[in-house]
Parts: sequence; structure tokens; C-alpha cells
Amino acid sequence: MNERKFRGDWIVLPFLGIVAVVVLWAISSKTWAPNLPTPWKTWEVSQPYLMKPFEKRGELDQGILRFTWYSLILVAKGYTIALLIGTPLGFVLGMSKMFAKTFDPIIQILRPVSPLAWLPLGLVLFQKSEPAAIFTIALCSMWPTVLNTAVGVRAIPQDYLNVARVLNLSRMKTLLKILLPATLPYMFTGFRLSLGIAWLVIVAAEMLTGSPGVGGFLWQEYNSLIYEHIILCIVTIGVIGFILDRLMGLVERRLQVAKA
Amino acid sequence: MSALLESPPITARSTEPDYVRMSSLPFVKLKHVSKSYGFGQQRREVLKDLNLDIARGEFVAIVGYSGSGKTTLMSLLAGLIRPDFGTVMMDGREITGPSPERGLVFQNYSLLPWLTVFENIALAVDQLFPNWSKEKRQAHIEQYISMVNLTPARSKRPHELSGGMRQRVSVARTLAMNPEMLLLDEPLSALDALTRATLQDEIEQIWERDRKTVLLITNDVDEALLLADRVIPLSAGPGATLGPAVEVDLDRPRNRKTVQRDPHFKRLRNEVLDYLLGEGARKKPHRENVAVIAPRDEPSASRRQPFVVSN
Repeated sequence: MNERKFRGDWIVLPFLGIVAVVVLWAISSKTWAPNLPTPWKTWEVSQPYLMKPFEKRGELDQGILRFTWYSLILVAKGYTIALLIGTPLGFVLGMSKMFAKTFDPIIQILRPVSPLAWLPLGLVLFQKSEPAAIFTIALCSMWPTVLNTAVGVRAIPQDYLNVARVLNLSRMKTLLKILLPATLPYMFTGFRLSLGIAWLVIVAAEMLTGSPGVGGFLWQEYNSLIYEHIILCIVTIGVIGFILDRLMGLVERRLQVAKA
Repeated sequence: MSALLESPPITARSTEPDYVRMSSLPFVKLKHVSKSYGFGQQRREVLKDLNLDIARGEFVAIVGYSGSGKTTLMSLLAGLIRPDFGTVMMDGREITGPSPERGLVFQNYSLLPWLTVFENIALAVDQLFPNWSKEKRQAHIEQYISMVNLTPARSKRPHELSGGMRQRVSVARTLAMNPEMLLLDEPLSALDALTRATLQDEIEQIWERDRKTVLLITNDVDEALLLADRVIPLSAGPGATLGPAVEVDLDRPRNRKTVQRDPHFKRLRNEVLDYLLGEGARKKPHRENVAVIAPRDEPSASRRQPFVVSN
């Protein structure tokens, strides 16, 4: 009832939630899951990676943020390709009913395919691990951008298009001055969802290709039986994903205001 | 009220309006215009055999029920849609597509939400007058913003404005296009009564100044009589058509307070209402619902009859 009694609830309550999960984790590792490292052991073993996050001690032994950086660069490449292909594709899908009818079924079939399925195909196509990973990221993260852009284009009120017609705007001007700004909020929702998927795919891609990055590090530490680092990687992936989503959310909210 | 309705019909009014005799060529001419939507059994006739002449500089108002095809008529005049039968002409030429010559003020304002007041108007001005200098265009835009009393709000976006202010922007945008004719599609129907009255006065002032040809579509008989030279009722659909025109020979500027008590004003209002409630009334209650199930209705069934017989 009196949930707004104390002002710091937005920081205190999430903290309590984290504490609860850590306690549960500690209890689990002491009782039914003896292989699960305890929280304090995890902290101890992870310290060199966390305290010197950018240090490079060897090819497979680097600070956690250095690994994260490699992963982010790979994601950025794949994500950029996804946006460059997905946005125009979404526009065409939204504008042409015939195009939408032709390609919607195939998109719906390709969309749920797991990155683990695309990656071998990428390796076959490109022979090398990095382009294969980029291919997989682009292909998997493209769909939200495609579909949201298409929805946005279809949702443009007829009135806006009538304004363009009454003013005799050229096709190019209609695109730049009416269609693009009207679709932008939808497009950005797509961009945000796409970024989430791109980050999700990176781990799978790195695990299978063995390239350096958080995912690659995770897999390597599993093979080296250093289970504490698996947890370190999981937490890092989660935190980075959360930050990326929040950053995109900020931009998105600005656009939503402009839409209202 | 019943006494007023029973008052004798005005027969002294000539059947040919003045402007027809004055000018052989009307500025705008609708000839046997019909428009239907849908196909096959879903086909629904919206407008049926419309004939209308508008003289240059005239202010004509069309009054009708909501859903009777008023916006369809406006879209035809704007050139956004083409008629199935008949012709729509302006200045001796057939209207085949939209053009900035006919400035359309939309019912729902149609402002672009990501642009400010100034930018919304600038979009139109920059497009239509590319040869003007930047300063001239800027001054032109500012002039129309101040004409609708929006200078303090010039840098605001539509969502920061009230409904009345938004409609002012829309009117300013249309006027800034220097159209030969203004098409006002229920421009005030979404506004509260007080804002409506203020904007009605502003529209009249603007018209008094420019004397542009204006076609106003509204569902408010008083609004039509207050502003127009001629009021034409549009019968309820489907198959709406224009009723007999009513000349509004009240002196301008018309004062909304005194005019309400003017017996002549009341007579004109009854004349319009008589048609709308009598001959031009909707055939059935809840016409909107009927429209959806039209194929099973009597009129449509009788239309299909020959089909059955030929089988």
C-alpha cells in the first residue's frame, strides 16, 4: 500500500532482489549443487579479471572488459549490416502489399531459426570464423528491424500522405520528409530489439568459432574447469546487455515523445 | 418549435440563384457526380448524382449528417479521389488530382507531429515557393502564424497545443499556400463550443479580407448560416445527394448573438432543417449499422432482384 514511503526505493529494492538471489546461489552451492562455485569463491577467482579489466596477459587470458570490447566490435559489425539491410527491406515490405504477400511467409519461417543453425552455414559460406559470426549476427538480429519498420510504414496515417499529395511532394521528398520521420519511432523499437538479439547471438557465435570475446572466454574456461569464470561471464553479458538496452531505450523514448 | 416548423414555406425565393444569372461560367462545377465504395454485394453508393456550382469568391456551406459522405465529397473536390461518374471542374478544367490550388483544411488537422508550428507551415511554403528568397519565405510564414494569433507558439510541436490551436496551424498552413479555393472539411467539429465560436469568427474575418472561394462542410446548421453565402443540405446516405440551396442574405459581419434572435435567421435555419429532417433524413435509425449489413437490406435486395429473375 505505502510503497512510496521511502524515496530510495528504486535503488534499495533492486539491491534487495540481488541480495536474495546471491543468498539463494550460496545456499544452492552448499547443498544440492556442489559443483557450483560459491559467490565469494567466484569473487576471489574473478578479481584479477575485474580489477584489471583491460589487461592482456595472453591470447586467452585477458581482462573481462577487453574480452567484452572484442565482442562488442563483432556485434557492431553484424548489427550494422542488419540495420542496413533490414531497414530498407522493412520499408519495401510496408509500402508494397504485393511484396509483403510474397515475402512475409519466408520471413516468418526464417525468423525463428536459431543462431546455432545459421552459424555452420556461415562457416560453409565464408570459410573463416569472423565473417561467419558476423553473418549469423546480422541474419538473426535483422528481423525485428524489418518487421517493426514495415509495421511503422503501414501505420502512417493517410492524412500525412494526403498532405504530401496536396503539396505535390516528389517521391524522394515524401520519403525524407514524411515517411521516414513518421516511421522513425517504430524503426527504433526494431533497432532496440535487434540489438538485444545481436548481443544474444554473440555468445553462441563465439562459443562455436572460438574467437576471443566474452563468449569465447566462457567456453574456454568451461573446458579448463574454471567454473567461477563462467559465472563472471554470465554476469558480464547480462550487465552489458542491460546497459545497451537502456541506452537504446533512452533514445527511443525521446522519439516516442515526438510521436505523440 | 412545432409552430416554427409549421410556418409556411418560403416560396418567394427564386429557383435560380443570382450568381448563375451573373456568370455563365461557375468557378467550380460538379456535374452528375457519383461515388461508390466496395465491390459486388458490398458495394455501397456514397454520393449519388451531385450537381453544384460555386461562383468565384463565394462562401458555400454544405450541411449534412455525419457519415453521409461529406468527407468523400471533399476528397473529390481536393482531387484525392476521382468520381465514378460525372465530372468535377475548377476554372474550366477537370480536377484530376490534388493540387495546392485547392487548399484543404483537414478535419483532424493533419499536422506532422515531429515538426514545430513554424516547420509545419514551412514544409508547405518551401515546397510551393521555391523561387522566393529565404527571407521572403520566412516572412511569409511568420505573417500567417501571426494572422492566426500563434506567434508565441511558433516553436511548439502539435502535441503541446490545444485542439483549437492545432486547427489554427492547419488553417494557417493552408492559407500560406495561397490557394485559389479553400476546402474546409468539418474544421471545427472536434472543438469545444467556445473555441468553435472564436475560430468561426476568425474564419469569417479571414474570408472578409481575402474573399477567397470557400467550401465549408459541417454538421452544424448555425455555423453554416453564420459563415456562408449559400447553405446546401446533403441528404443522409447511402446515395447522398444535395438538397435545395438556401441563400443566406443576412448582412455581414454577422453577429452571433443578435443573429440568433433574428426571425429571418430562424426561418433560414428551419428551411435547412426541414429538408434534413424530412426529405433528406436517414431512412432508418442506426444507419451506420445498416451500412455494414447492406447486402441483406431491402434496397439492396430489390437491386439484386433482376439477378434472381434472370436465373
